Amino acid sequence: MANLKIGLAGNPNVGKTTLFNNLTGLNQHVGNWPGKTVEKAEGHYNYNNNRVDVIDLPGNYALSAHSIEEIVSRDFIVDEDSDVIVNIIDASNLERNLYLTVQMMELGANLVVALNMNKFAQDKGYTIDAKKLSDLLGVPVVEIEANSKIGKDQLLKTIEEAAKNPVNTVNRLSYGPELFDHLNELQTAIEEDKNLGDVPSRWIAIKLLEDDEIILDRIEDSSKRNNILNTTEKVKKHFKDIYNESSEEVIANARYAYIEGLLKEVLTKPATEKKTLTDKIDSIVTNRLLGFPIFLIIMYLMFQITFTVAAPFQDMIDEGFGILGEMVAAALGDGMLTSFIVDGIIGGVGGVLVFLPQIILLFLIISFLEDSGYLARAAFVMDKVMHSLVGLHGKAFIPMILGFGCGIPGIMATRTMENEKDRLITMLIVPFMSCTARMPVYLLLVGAFFAAADQTNVIFSLYVLGIVVAIIVAFILRKTLFDDMDAPFVMELPDYKLPTLRGILMHTAEKSWGFVRKAGTIILAAAIIVWILSSFPAGVEYGSQESAIGMIGTAVAPVFAPLGFGSWQPAVALIFGLVAKEVVVGTFSSLFGVAEEGAGIAAAMHGIFTPLTAYVFMVFVLLYIPCFAALGTIKQETGGWKWPLIMSVTTLITAYVVAFIVYMVGLALGFG
Amino acid sequence: MIKTLNELKTGEEGTLVSYQGGDVELRRHLLGMGFVKGATIKLEKVAPLGDPLELKVKGYAVCLRKEEAKFIKVEV
Ligand SMILES: Nc1nc2c(ncn2[C@@H]2O[C@H](COP(=O)(O)OP(=O)(O)OP(=O)(O)O)[C@@H](O)[C@H]2O)c(=O)[nH]1
Ligand SMILES: [Mg+2]
Repeated sequence: MANLKIGLAGNPNVGKTTLFNNLTGLNQHVGNWPGKTVEKAEGHYNYNNNRVDVIDLPGNYALSAHSIEEIVSRDFIVDEDSDVIVNIIDASNLERNLYLTVQMMELGANLVVALNMNKFAQDKGYTIDAKKLSDLLGVPVVEIEANSKIGKDQLLKTIEEAAKNPVNTVNRLSYGPELFDHLNELQTAIEEDKNLGDVPSRWIAIKLLEDDEIILDRIEDSSKRNNILNTTEKVKKHFKDIYNESSEEVIANARYAYIEGLLKEVLTKPATEKKTLTDKIDSIVTNRLLGFPIFLIIMYLMFQITFTVAAPFQDMIDEGFGILGEMVAAALGDGMLTSFIVDGIIGGVGGVLVFLPQIILLFLIISFLEDSGYLARAAFVMDKVMHSLVGLHGKAFIPMILGFGCGIPGIMATRTMENEKDRLITMLIVPFMSCTARMPVYLLLVGAFFAAADQTNVIFSLYVLGIVVAIIVAFILRKTLFDDMDAPFVMELPDYKLPTLRGILMHTAEKSWGFVRKAGTIILAAAIIVWILSSFPAGVEYGSQESAIGMIGTAVAPVFAPLGFGSWQPAVALIFGLVAKEVVVGTFSSLFGVAEEGAGIAAAMHGIFTPLTAYVFMVFVLLYIPCFAALGTIKQETGGWKWPLIMSVTTLITAYVVAFIVYMVGLALGFG
Repeated sequence: MIKTLNELKTGEEGTLVSYQGGDVELRRHLLGMGFVKGATIKLEKVAPLGDPLELKVKGYAVCLRKEEAKFIKVEV
């Protein structure tokens, strides 16, 4: 029984996480856009009495240090003692993928190459001689399909063998005598310092010629610093003289030349590139004329489908809770306990859970978009808008769209942005995207105040408002705190893939379960507190203005009076909604009860809102302070409370100002 | 004829002859993504709003803005 450790490395979007899930049985998220995985994930499997720890890494193109997630991978590959690095390669994109392979060989990594996406390579008309590739590279090559069993046994066996008989791949490379002679000169200088012996001197030499900052820092501490740096300069100058190129380019050229030589023997391509399915889809989806309208239509359909398809299911759950409430009331009679169960728990938690169908559907659609490859196209189409309006990337659009599901994965996804300021701005505007937690609030109020035909459009307008406000806030941040240009926009456009049913269902189930769990914990706790505050001091009528909750609400309500909703109930709902926005609904439904005849809540709402003020209230809920979980994620990602605090203050002010403007405009237009 | 990448017409392709100027970090990144001397680069399409460009290089698609593409010279 031995313990092995393997890392899964490779370019972005080649199927590393898919393979990780396949090997470990875990469910890390996959997505068809480069940069989905931003953190290492760990799991394990057992094979022949060996426990094999598997680490899934973020994708990278090179072993330089381009963005945070790339550094994570580099550190793992360079510094950790793994037994085997499994290099997953996209067979339809061999040349570029091998560029990373070659760099890992410079490091002497004990590699196993897993050739994935072979079907896509066939579609392009490529034939690959895997055996030849293995011979030439001197490392095992296994053909796999990461999302199925194909090649899995072979891969597991090969990994085990490779762990037993490690090969040092450094010596397999040949970059030509000219480059090697000078590398050797530099290597000799490096080898004089024994402290640098933990990685191959060849690698350090190459990194020095590439001006790699992390390695330069290390050399600063070396006893042989001067000699090493002088030799580096000498070699650099020599290359400049003979090639008229920087050393970095000379090395990149040498790597690609090596790969090209290799591929001459390994890869046969058709004489003319075949038009792939992706080309055909893209001729419509990113078409000059159609691209932009298609983007808007997809966004609109996403919400239209969510609301219309889910509505009947919502009614069913709603009725179910109504019946449950009546049964409890009938069984227990009038009293404190009945009130606690019916008003407190069924009202507070059930009132939120009825919106589960909408939430499941929206997550389903977002997973589909994410897994199909469309998100990268959305970034491509929207880049110009984002760039000229707020100096952000099209890539910033991916976190924003994910934010429609939940802000937390959206905030995490900002890690793919190379520039720290771009990343912060995007992180700060993602919470303005209307996440699924706001949906119950909209659905409750829209159902009570707007005609069926208008409901979807009213909700859609809130989503649009969220985007508009996000863009305005980004613009202001760019002009004030982050006065700078955005980083250059470089993004690979992956091939479209038909998402697997399993992948999408797992992803959706996990997110939806998160919502149910929240209902059973935070929302339940809030419901209980609301019930207690509504029932005391002893003797007051439940949920009346004289109850504790009524008194709190009455004290705060004047703040909201200028926005048109000055009653005490909306005020307490907003206070409790700080925890999580669904609690706004939970609070209303426990205050107004579910077991009441007919449209109990809706009727009660008419006493405190008009259609206009209900809309203003929704605007406020949309924009005000993000939930605790989102603030926590921002704290974790920025390393302190500074940004979550700034965020809370700015969102509160934004919410108040925008809600006020909407109210005034609404009044002026005669909607009062 | 030598052109910069942003001057290519849709569907036109060229061989990279030089990449000088512009952001150093970006150059490094693109080098790794296959923008090396001798690479064939094709302008696949221009985004609906006129920017960025979709390029085909080493058999895959990547997008890049015009303001960066102008540092890359190709022989057509
Ligand atoms: N058809 C097919 N699709 C695959 C296969 N492996 C992965 N995919 C799809 O390829 C896309 C990318 O897969 P991921 O596993 O997220 O890729 P990754 O390498 O972890 O990507 P990053 O985390 O962004 O670096 C997803 O849409 C997968 O469903 C495969 O063997 N066949
Ligand atoms: Mg991944």
